[in-house]
Amino acid sequence: MNTGSVSTPTLSVSERVKAVAAALVIGVALIYTTGFAASTNVHNAAHDTRHGLAFPCH
Amino acid sequence: MVTRVLTVSILAGLLAGLIVAALQHVTTTPLILKAETFEAALALKAPTLAAFDGEAKIILAHGPAGDAPGHDHAEWKPQDGLQRTFFTSAVTIATAIGFAALLLAGMIAAGDTIDQRSALVWGACGFLALGLAPAMGLAPELPGAASAALEQRQLWWLATAIATAAGLFLFLRFEQPWLKLVAIVLILLPHAVGAPHPAALESKVPAEVAAHFASLSLGIQAALWLVTAFMVGALWPRVSRRAAEA
Repeated sequence: MNTGSVSTPTLSVSERVKAVAAALVIGVALIYTTGFAASTNVHNAAHDTRHGLAFPCH
Repeated sequence: MVTRVLTVSILAGLLAGLIVAALQHVTTTPLILKAETFEAALALKAPTLAAFDGEAKIILAHGPAGDAPGHDHAEWKPQDGLQRTFFTSAVTIATAIGFAALLLAGMIAAGDTIDQRSALVWGACGFLALGLAPAMGLAPELPGAASAALEQRQLWWLATAIATAAGLFLFLRFEQPWLKLVAIVLILLPHAVGAPHPAALESKVPAEVAAHFASLSLGIQAALWLVTAFMVGALWPRVSRRAAEA
């Protein structure tokens, strides 16, 4: 890290692209698993959270 | 920077998820358990499938009539009590980590300075796009409620969330009137198309309980977004400073 700034615009583009890609993959994968995955075991474990957070369940 | 995204997502999601899991434990989960007693009563009677047209069917989540995969009693599910609370909390934490990662993805892609104020604005928009807008078509549902086929509802939920998020971004970030108009169309379009609904209403859960659950669920989801966003905004500058010093 060559800058002490906390703002993201000062970072290099490729670094930002990598960070955005990583964040998107993590975010989408986690929300797909907790909110949408059809696997029975995942559904049963996630059941109360899916209802509680208004994800379509059942 | 990827490491920083990971660190902040996990820490923010863990903290926010723990807080909201505690809230869920005393708000939505008791109503879900209560609804399951009505659902069990409904399952004792043969479901009136004839009441439905071909597009919709009743799916009893925990009843013998459930024909969706995975609603078999032989399948594993967490035992009521501590185990169920543990899994619900873990899944809520995982969801919060996911929300935190999406917030970071959005803010870094937009080139925003990440602090508490900007993160909270992004979090509020996250709630509007992934919480409120989909819930206007597909109301937060208790077990035992009749609903259209799951895949159709998931598809509508996803399309609505993406359209609303894109619409909000266009509206807030661009000055051109025609882009603002496109944004409004994007936000309204999913509701004009309409969410998939069941042909007949079957829930035996009292309307008062279901209504209470719907408002609680939205409140809890707003809390999850805002607490997650606050944590992201609080942690990112700290972790960045530490990375700069290293």
